[in-house]
Amino acid sequence: MANLNPVPNSREFDLARDSLRDLNFFMHRQAAADGVSQIQVKNPDGAHSIACGLNADLQVEIHGHVGYYVAGMNKHASVTVHGNAGPGAAENMMSGRVHVKGFASTAAGASAHGGLLIIDGDASLRCGISLKGADIVVGGSVGSFSAFMAQAGRIVICGDAEDALGDSLYEAVIYVRGKVRSLGADARFEPMTDTDRATVKNLLGEAGLVHDPAEFKRVASAKSLYHWHADADQEY
Amino acid sequence: MTGPQLEESAGFDRSTIEYIQRAAASGLYEIRGLGAKRRVPNFDDLLFLAASLSRYPLEGYRERCVTKTLLGTRFATRPIELAIPITIAGMSFGALSARVKDALGRAATDVGTSTTTGDGGMTAEERNSSKTLIYQCLPSRYGFDPDDVRRADAIEIVIGQGAKPGGGGMLLGQKVNPRVARMRTLPEGVDQRSASRHPDWTGPDDLVIKIKELREITDWEKPIYVKVGATRVFNDVKLAVHAGADVIVVDGMQGGTAATQTVFIEHVGIPTLAALRQAVDALDDLNMRGTVQLVISGGIRSGADVAKALAMGADAVAIGQGVLVALGCNSESYVAGGQHLSALEDYTRLGTAPGFCHHCHTGKCPVGVTTQDAALELRLDPAVGAKRLKNYLKTVNMELTTIARACGKQDVHHLEKEDLVALTVEAAAMAGVPLAGTSWIPGRAV
Repeated sequence: MANLNPVPNSREFDLARDSLRDLNFFMHRQAAADGVSQIQVKNPDGAHSIACGLNADLQVEIHGHVGYYVAGMNKHASVTVHGNAGPGAAENMMSGRVHVKGFASTAAGASAHGGLLIIDGDASLRCGISLKGADIVVGGSVGSFSAFMAQAGRIVICGDAEDALGDSLYEAVIYVRGKVRSLGADARFEPMTDTDRATVKNLLGEAGLVHDPAEFKRVASAKSLYHWHADADQEY
Repeated sequence: MTGPQLEESAGFDRSTIEYIQRAAASGLYEIRGLGAKRRVPNFDDLLFLAASLSRYPLEGYRERCVTKTLLGTRFATRPIELAIPITIAGMSFGALSARVKDALGRAATDVGTSTTTGDGGMTAEERNSSKTLIYQCLPSRYGFDPDDVRRADAIEIVIGQGAKPGGGGMLLGQKVNPRVARMRTLPEGVDQRSASRHPDWTGPDDLVIKIKELREITDWEKPIYVKVGATRVFNDVKLAVHAGADVIVVDGMQGGTAATQTVFIEHVGIPTLAALRQAVDALDDLNMRGTVQLVISGGIRSGADVAKALAMGADAVAIGQGVLVALGCNSESYVAGGQHLSALEDYTRLGTAPGFCHHCHTGKCPVGVTTQDAALELRLDPAVGAKRLKNYLKTVNMELTTIARACGKQDVHHLEKEDLVALTVEAAAMAGVPLAGTSWIPGRAV
């Protein structure tokens, strides 16, 4: 059972004692009725699917490392992981804010439609894959195939990017400060405009990071794969 | 005098020559809709051994034969209860118009069965008209919305599709109109590609965790289906069971598509008949028959097909192309203002004719079924389409119960493999039933 905290609108769950099911059920079905808006989660111990499917303006603080799909399909809530996150952090997020204070594994922010995902450390392979409108700020570097088929949204990478960055991009835009090992098919560097620099400055500010926007390069789609034709060197 | 004798090559027949010359001219493969056109062993190659002296039949017109079907009883607290074991297969808004999705929902609701969304998300029309709606979670995640997860009655994780297992999807630009583009977060008119792999998991071990995420999000209420295109079915079904699926949907190679490479449609995957037997074998091997339900799809057309599928071990079937044909696909005419109007000129403009059309990919469906064109989609009146589809589903169900009664079954789910024989050696081997008039099942000792 959950413990009541001295703060009336706060509730603490200890996953060494409370079940994941109880935690998620409370946030889905009970928190609003109980007037609870702040959730503390202790001893996550790498559990999967913590705080997934939230649909309310909750503040969730997770103290430790989490497994797959933390804050998956989040709407409205603000979830902070004081540790590292497994694959699919904030996957398919619609709105709200997810902040991973450590590193994030593969597919962080996959297919996220809205909201802001902040990763203070590095993000692994396929960060922002199939992105559909969310913003992602990575304090460190990203792995290969990040932003693969990303359709909309913005990704700010303060470190480096591995191979095939932005492969088969649609309308999403990537800002990268460090080195790019290689661009993916149909991705290209483009000049930074004043609007781009303002965007980067704003997103860095929201993430609490300080860098000079002038240090970032813009990567976007060349749009040569938008329509199929025989002369495009395409493999599909 | 007779003219020179024309001899067509078996290897380079006119069809092959046309294919090579078209490829040489265009530099692109052919893309088309619907399913495989080649003949493969199928349910027509099976026959029922109805009651006689050794079996006792039910009275065909009077005795009750149960068709109620439960899906998702393994873990979900709210399983799907259907009046008939015949469901509407997943088809996208994008491939089909919103009016068609509406018609599907109305007919399904009237006969007590389910409809299924497709790539591109859930439309308000289909949610409103469908009492029971299965929400697909596809690799592309186009339009995938947790609000729709909560609005759905079950979730179907799509690994593959019978027409194109391993192949992802495509929607050509002419069908990506403003609404489709908005739902899929894509530029209008783009030749859209759907991913072939899910973005946030990569294998069966990950699938275990993905299913649990969906269960957590739905508070363990809704059944989780897993749909596979028929290839290595025996192993795939076992992996899906281990991953925690409540229901497994197996889609054979005759399954339809709105737009796929012809080479894929005709050359990838295995026939539904073979796929079904492998799927049932896998469930038997795990002793999970009855615990995990099996839905088979891919070229199901009639009550006979459904009866044979159930006798082989399926719990239900899903129909896609048959449903579209019921709505009017490949008809000579469409109904407007209560009148049947000819669509022949539009077929001709597409270079095809009723009975042969597979031009779903063009978006110029002459009867308004597979189109996003504002004028063409009006050729399908949802009320008219729903009535036709309801008639079709009722007919198929009546045929099913007719056969079941003749086999002495009070419940269509009591049909069994022992009721079947095969007409061909190939079908006997694939279905695992005896060749008619013998006790021989190829590959097994007599």
